[in-house]
Amino acid sequence: MNFFEMVRFAVRGLVANRLRSALTTLGILIGVGSVIILVAVGNGSSKQIQDNIAKLGTNTITVMRGGGGFGARAQSRNTQGKPLTVGDAVQLSDKKSAPNVKQAAPVSNATSVCTNGSSSTTPASFIGTWPSYFEAKNTKVVKGTYFTNDDVTEGRRVAVIGKTTASDLFGEENPIGKVMRCGGIPFSIVGLTETAGSNGFLDGDSLIISPITAVQRALTGYGNISSIVVQAKSAKVQDQAQIEIESILDKSHGISNVNSRDYRLLNQASLLATTTSTTKVFTVLLGAVAAISLLVGGIGITNIMLVTVVERTREIGIRKAIGARRRAILGQFLIEATILSLVGGILGVLVGFIGSNFMIVGVKPVIVPSSVFLAFGVSVFIGLFFGGYPASRAASLRPIEALRYE
Amino acid sequence: MAAVVVDNAPIIDLHDVVKQYGSGESAIFALDGVSLAIYPGEYVAIMGASGSGKSTLMNVIGALDIPSSGEYYLDGIDMASLDENQLAIVRGRKIGFIFQSFNLIPRTSALANVELPLAYQGIKIKERRIRALKALDLVGLSDRLTHEPTELSGGQQQRVAVARALVTKPALLLADEPTGALDSKSTADLLDLFDLVNAAGRTVVLITHEADVADRAKRTIRMRDGKIIEDTAKVLA
Repeated sequence: MNFFEMVRFAVRGLVANRLRSALTTLGILIGVGSVIILVAVGNGSSKQIQDNIAKLGTNTITVMRGGGGFGARAQSRNTQGKPLTVGDAVQLSDKKSAPNVKQAAPVSNATSVCTNGSSSTTPASFIGTWPSYFEAKNTKVVKGTYFTNDDVTEGRRVAVIGKTTASDLFGEENPIGKVMRCGGIPFSIVGLTETAGSNGFLDGDSLIISPITAVQRALTGYGNISSIVVQAKSAKVQDQAQIEIESILDKSHGISNVNSRDYRLLNQASLLATTTSTTKVFTVLLGAVAAISLLVGGIGITNIMLVTVVERTREIGIRKAIGARRRAILGQFLIEATILSLVGGILGVLVGFIGSNFMIVGVKPVIVPSSVFLAFGVSVFIGLFFGGYPASRAASLRPIEALRYE
Repeated sequence: MAAVVVDNAPIIDLHDVVKQYGSGESAIFALDGVSLAIYPGEYVAIMGASGSGKSTLMNVIGALDIPSSGEYYLDGIDMASLDENQLAIVRGRKIGFIFQSFNLIPRTSALANVELPLAYQGIKIKERRIRALKALDLVGLSDRLTHEPTELSGGQQQRVAVARALVTKPALLLADEPTGALDSKSTADLLDLFDLVNAAGRTVVLITHEADVADRAKRTIRMRDGKIIEDTAKVLA
């Protein structure tokens, strides 16, 4: 009896028990499908976070005030150490002492209510800075223009605003060329930024960006600045750029001990690395949960095949009585189990692919090819492995006992 | 102990066969030293009350069970020398089984049931089909090929079983209470079929406890307590 013949017998055996075969297949289907979808969700959410981080700017290092650490110590803006100044930003822009820095921009954060007639808004961020900020932070103007270095030098009260701010103040009207009053002082609007969306806490489109000189003169005063945004020339030289920044600032702030720095650096790359490793854990967890369901599906196959063997004991006895060899019986049951898991695996992959087209808890799943192969391979292996025991039990039944079985 | 004299080697040759369950004091002897020779072309009925050992004898003859001691030659082959796979092959080629409860494969058509032993022998699909159709024709079921066992009457199921037993052209047709589950009409039909098979030269051994069934055989063996107590050949009319 050849292999093809055994497959035919196996298929016949499965078709004879349609419902049971279908339910067993369902177990594997759910296992394989959930491995693929859940890993895709994990992968998708990690992609999403990476995209969000990339949106913050490329190769940027943010210099912030205060020493290392978080909480009260970092927030206490006491007299400890020197504050950041526009001068620091100028130094960091120096091509000689910081060759790996592409550009730097000081950031001065203002808080102000802005009005247009009876409409008013409080922007989530009101930033005074240099034009280089736009590139460093990956902020694009889609309508109108950026402000220029000239505007900074002259202290012109011009502003680039976000979509939320625009609609709060001007509704559907085109804001370009219009004037808004912030803290009573007029700013003319020259540009509208690309929609950034919300990061969950802050509306990225509730935004005003103006020349730092104008913001300082009108709102914050010429004192300290909040932070300096530095863009490295490339991702490769980000570490060197960071060392350059540290050496420049250590010098100008008179710091000899690296532990007592009065500033800290927020590195885009390290942020990315941290979140990537976090989301990896997330993906692994999801995958593990799904793998368990795949295992349960496999045990389901064993269970069903054992029931099948018991139920068909007599049939096995008959087959042996009319000349079936051990190999033929073993083959038939093994192939039955493998077909179950194979069909379940294929359908599971299909379900995985289809399911990954939908948004799941706000995440667009991104299929990981290796998870597809792994899930499918495991399902076939499960068929062989979990089907093996019942099959060998069937094959080793003594014909006389099998025939007597009621 | 007269047997029909046939001038060649016995197809079934049992020497002092013992089948023992348990050991020591509590040992039960299902077969207690049975010696028996059946020659090609014979039609033998084995009779006995339940527990007399006739089913065990049939299982041993059919290579479904292995005797505890003694020798058994089937068509000259020493069965003790065969392993499980070889026994399966011998069963497939030399013996056609018919059971009281028909024992067809459920949810499988009559034709597929009859083809099955040929499939296990590795015979090609085309030839299998031809031989199965012929066997079903012989038992008069050419119009029931696609019917599954549950769609057939008891008598029809048993005839499918006979077709399945005969399709391999076995040397020996072994029937265990073949009429036990049949009405009198089906019984008569089946026994006619056995006569036909025997007339064609095939050895038939059937086990029964019904005297009228045993009457159709040419030789009757009676058993009690695992021993043969009577072995009579019918005087040919």
